Amino acid sequence: MSQVVEPFLAATVRTATPLALAALGELLVERAGLINIGLEGAILAGAFGSLLGATAGGVLAGYAGAVVAGMMVAAIFALFVVWLRADQIVTGTALTLFSVGVTGTLYRVLYGTSGAALGVPTSAPMAIPWLSRIPLIGQAFFVQPPVTYFAYLLIGIIAWWMHGTHAGLALRAIGERPEAARVAGIRVEGMRVLAVFVGGALGGLAGGTLVLAQAGTFAEGMSAGRGFIAIAIVVLGRWHPLGVALAALVFGAASALQFAIQSMGWHVPYSLFLAIPYLLTLVGLAGAAKRARAPDALGKPL
Amino acid sequence: MTVLVAVMLAMLSAGGFAPLGVLGALWSGSFGSWYSITSATLVRSIPLMLTGGAVAVAFRAGVFNIGAEGQLLAGAAAATAVALALPHGGMATTVLALLAGAAAGSAWAGVAALLRARFGVLEVISTIMLNFVALHVVSFLVRGPLQEPTHTYPQTASIVDAVHLPRFPGAGRLHAGIALALLVLAFGGWGLRQTASGFRLLVAGESRAAAASAGMIDVERTIWGAFLCSGALAGLAGAVEVLGVTFALYENISPGYGYTAIAVALLAGLDPWRVLLSAVLFGALEAGAGAMQRDAGVPAALVSVIEALLILGVLGLRAVRWRDRGSAATREELREVAT
Repeated sequence: MSQVVEPFLAATVRTATPLALAALGELLVERAGLINIGLEGAILAGAFGSLLGATAGGVLAGYAGAVVAGMMVAAIFALFVVWLRADQIVTGTALTLFSVGVTGTLYRVLYGTSGAALGVPTSAPMAIPWLSRIPLIGQAFFVQPPVTYFAYLLIGIIAWWMHGTHAGLALRAIGERPEAARVAGIRVEGMRVLAVFVGGALGGLAGGTLVLAQAGTFAEGMSAGRGFIAIAIVVLGRWHPLGVALAALVFGAASALQFAIQSMGWHVPYSLFLAIPYLLTLVGLAGAAKRARAPDALGKPL
Repeated sequence: MTVLVAVMLAMLSAGGFAPLGVLGALWSGSFGSWYSITSATLVRSIPLMLTGGAVAVAFRAGVFNIGAEGQLLAGAAAATAVALALPHGGMATTVLALLAGAAAGSAWAGVAALLRARFGVLEVISTIMLNFVALHVVSFLVRGPLQEPTHTYPQTASIVDAVHLPRFPGAGRLHAGIALALLVLAFGGWGLRQTASGFRLLVAGESRAAAASAGMIDVERTIWGAFLCSGALAGLAGAVEVLGVTFALYENISPGYGYTAIAVALLAGLDPWRVLLSAVLFGALEAGAGAMQRDAGVPAALVSVIEALLILGVLGLRAVRWRDRGSAATREELREVAT
């Protein structure tokens, strides 16, 4: 039994990590009243940035490259949405397209058209003493690459920051009643830009995780809709960090299921399995969207 | 536009390409000869006209249908299934396959419409998810129930000649789909401007509250209508593509027409007539990109960058104009208060 369950749980946590990172970033953006569909683009840019960084200077430089790339995409979003007040959905869609084009072009120019698998230095799993020896879940949750532990920390930090600090309260106020927040002396635009940048950085980090902690290489379009799934995860997690973390795990499990079922040798068409996470998103949203209450000013132009 | 060209040239030079050679390839692949105009540019602009129209109708109603790609795939799959099932029907099969494509696209969009109406699911997310689902369903179909008889390649059998959309003599690969697309866009342009449902759609898109309080407009129904129409157009694009160009269903049947459609529609200011022009422009870009990659070694993905910059350019221009107008109005107000 544990031969099936343990690898399944480990795969769950592994696939949930980038989703959780991206969704936690988007959570901050959405609590500030914006919706950034360009998250998908930030993840893809992050994946490519990590490839550049890692081939030049190892794993840490890879993560740095990922964060910088994600923030570059975020900067364009902030410029258009906060400063020019352009439509958020259209801007986000354009940014995703932009990212697909730029990473695809640069990848081919820099690494040739062969698409040969590039060996990128990867970040190895690290066992945490004591915790990793908890039966059943120890291996899954505490023998992971360091970026997963960073995600654990981030859940706590964001929960504390959003609900325990003055700045966090200000952020939530902006997402509910931006005009009232402005009257109360909160710098609405400044906070929103900040949230967008942090969201972009975390989206980029999520992309870096795909390359550095999972695939060990870059492929065109490798974000494969994770940015959109992350946005759904924010809804399913009811705009709360703990909820978001749980929802990310559920999605990780859905993706891990395909490995588990394959390893059990069931004959179910492979392509249909690949559709499961997307179908689950739809079902999950149908169940959650009406019960969860979105920030009042979400997506509305200021 | 100047900024765009400058950015492109800078990128090309940075990548170590000779900008003039690249632009030459872009030109010769798109408008350089009668063959490239008809067989490359116009053929590619047909699905863009239809999907661009699909996006325009939806966006006009305030429905963010990002799912034209999935609806196109659904339409392509349904049309292929019909065309393969009735190979002896001739043109009747063609018509039936086109209708099936439109219906399938409509149904695929209907899922998102239902999710929104019943459960309040944001259509931006649901339509994107449905794009991925459609992609995997097509991939399943061409490896399973619809795979060609020898079960070797991940694609369907070829559709028989008699069911193909007819081609124009002397115009290479250009097929009758273009007439269909023109008709649809003309009808759409007329419908939006001249009919009551068109008016209802525009009002619902401008302001839900105004539409609802006007009493004459059932906003829910109008949104459903826009969704289904939009899906039908995208589905039709898929059907036209298999009946006019590919003659079989396989995974990469669309090079992202459904996403390019967003750029097409926005550049056209969501106006069906102008969708025609911007679809030809983007068709030329796609066609030229192929030549660019072949002759000058520049990755075709560069076209996505151009498309994205075009969308951002339109957004930026509109935002700047809106800001200027806004500040002018504020100044006016201040002056009134002062006097």
